[in-house]
Amino acid sequence: MAQIFHPSMRVVSRASILASLIVIGFIGWVGWDWYRSGYFTGVNVPVEQPVPFSHEHHVNGLGISCGYCHTSVEKAAFAGIPPTHTCMTCHSQIWTGAPMLEPVRASYRTQKPLEWVRVHDLPDFAYFNHSIHVNKGMACQVCHGDVNIMPLTWKSSTLQMAWCLDCHRAPEKYIRPVEEIYNFDYKPPADQIAFGKELVKKYNVQVKQLTDCSICHR
Amino acid sequence: MRSAIRHIGALSVAALLLTSCNDMYDGARIKPLERSNFFADGSSSRPLPEGTVARGHAVNNDLLSTGKLDGTLADAFPFAITDSVIARGQDRYTTFCTPCHGRLGDGNGMIVQRGFPRPNSFHTDSLRARPAGYFFDVMTNGFGRMYSYAASVPVHDRWAIVAYIRALQLSQRATVTMLPDNDKKQLP
Ligand code: HEC
Ligand code: HEC
Ligand code: HEC
Ligand code: HEC
Ligand code: HEC
Ligand code: HEC
Repeated sequence: MAQIFHPSMRVVSRASILASLIVIGFIGWVGWDWYRSGYFTGVNVPVEQPVPFSHEHHVNGLGISCGYCHTSVEKAAFAGIPPTHTCMTCHSQIWTGAPMLEPVRASYRTQKPLEWVRVHDLPDFAYFNHSIHVNKGMACQVCHGDVNIMPLTWKSSTLQMAWCLDCHRAPEKYIRPVEEIYNFDYKPPADQIAFGKELVKKYNVQVKQLTDCSICHR
Repeated sequence: MRSAIRHIGALSVAALLLTSCNDMYDGARIKPLERSNFFADGSSSRPLPEGTVARGHAVNNDLLSTGKLDGTLADAFPFAITDSVIARGQDRYTTFCTPCHGRLGDGNGMIVQRGFPRPNSFHTDSLRARPAGYFFDVMTNGFGRMYSYAASVPVHDRWAIVAYIRALQLSQRATVTMLPDNDKKQLP
């Protein structure tokens, strides 16, 4: 079999192998960075909605609690997105002429639901359940950030597997007394880890099984 | 030249790996309220046929689901009122009623301050005289410009709220003689 490369090519080929390794490494690095960045994960990017609903005005400004609108968060997997009826309990009388709210009124008239754009969306092969988290002292703030000051909603965590596991391996880092799950001014105590371990025991959190694949991939 | 081709090949494999396909991320599984093109109305769940009753949501013609006994609003509760029922009632009242009726039930909530019509205070003779079933009925069916809260507050919670409103009404006209001895000692 004839030689494919002339001996004089040796230097060139070595150099190009090295160069391509560097290029691949660089692409990998850029890719990884992109994978974890806001462009790919949507973290900290406000999402446009059919109605510019502001948690900042309704929660901080008016003091409406999360449960008024997300009614199933304490008892079901799905937190619940309010039906138009819920908006109309107030907007039948408030800001009734505002063009900004016309889609809400139209939805109420025609019985056609508003189509909110999802902000958080786990892949279909991962299972999540709100009620277990909320009832074991996991606050909205820990996973969703400071929703109470968001003029448009964005997500504050990647929701990638590593993020779930960071807490599932050591829930004592984040756990709070259940009475504090809606509190956005909560300050963890100085001895959070010791305090957290106590709560983990008190709420009977089964830390050992929390990293089993079948917990989230069922 | 061959090596250049090989390099290009390796690069495209790397590029392919990076843009790995995402079929599994949004599969045939439907989340609650997700859009679907299967049905003409674009919604994945079907509208309930008229008269559908979900399990555990039966509206019987009894005190628990109507607030009425023999067709008239009754001044009775369908289950025993304990401390924990009143605590639950306080929690639900704070979530669903304070925006308009205020923490005290005086009708001075934040939404009223922003222009919503002011409801009557719960601390009037006429509202104190109303039977418990009346408050249940208002939450269930709405009242004038107040919409129904039946969709967000389940029946047992509605009764817990009624119990809490009764406690509020009592608290606003409590006299010193009604206090337990321990609390009396706290008074200056
Ligand atoms: C007045 C009703 C109302 C109240 C009160 C309210 N929300 Fe919302 N929330 C909505 C609506 C409507 C949406 C959908 C539009 C959007 O994403 O902004 C939403 C969206 C969200 C989302 C994003 C859902 C997604 O698409 O992934 C989160 C998280 C959330 N709310 C958390 C909270 C928390 C935490 C509180 C309490 C601090 C709260 N909400 C209070 C109405 C409300
Ligand atoms: C408990 C009463 C209440 C409910 C429920 C409510 N709103 Fe509002 N909303 C208000 C009030 C009061 C204002 C006026 C804001 C102010 O005065 O600061 C307002 C203002 C708004 C505005 C104007 C822009 C702004 O944020 O100031 C939009 C848009 C809006 N609401 C959308 C919604 C939607 C969509 C829903 C249903 C998911 C909803 N609201 C539910 C009371 C309510
Ligand atoms: C342990 C983390 C965690 C906590 C605590 C948490 N959430 Fe979520 N939330 C999520 C995840 C993950 C999703 C996306 C679920 C999906 O895509 O299926 C989500 C989605 C939502 C949604 C969109 C509807 C849905 O269920 O998919 C709303 C609304 C919401 N959360 C509100 C809340 C409120 C209000 C609280 C506090 C009472 C809260 N969440 C606490 C992680 C959390
Ligand atoms: C801030 C902490 C925290 C985060 C973040 C978190 N979890 Fe959890 N998770 C918990 C705790 C605590 C429990 C309760 C375990 C128990 O009671 O034994 C739990 C329980 C669960 C359960 C129920 C387990 C069972 O026994 O049925 C599922 C499913 C779950 N988590 C999925 C997820 C997924 C998916 C994510 C990421 C999107 C996530 N969790 C993020 C703390 C967390
Ligand atoms: C606490 C919940 C949780 C546990 C436990 C868990 N996963 Fe995941 N996993 C997730 C979530 C959430 C995603 C989706 C991440 C995303 O958005 O890409 C995921 C994604 C994946 C993926 C797709 C690749 C990726 O990273 O996106 C694979 C493969 C996977 N998991 C395997 C496993 C295996 C194997 C185990 C057990 C050793 C396991 N998972 C345990 C939550 C979990
Ligand atoms: C969005 C504001 C709003 C909220 C929230 C609200 N109400 Fe009302 N409520 C009103 C108004 C306004 C009226 C008077 C309606 C009218 O006269 O047209 C009223 C009337 C009433 C009445 C009748 C008073 C009378 O004069 O006979 C009762 C009882 C009542 N509400 C109870 C409740 C309870 C219990 C809740 C919580 C589950 C609640 N309301 C939540 C605004 C509200």
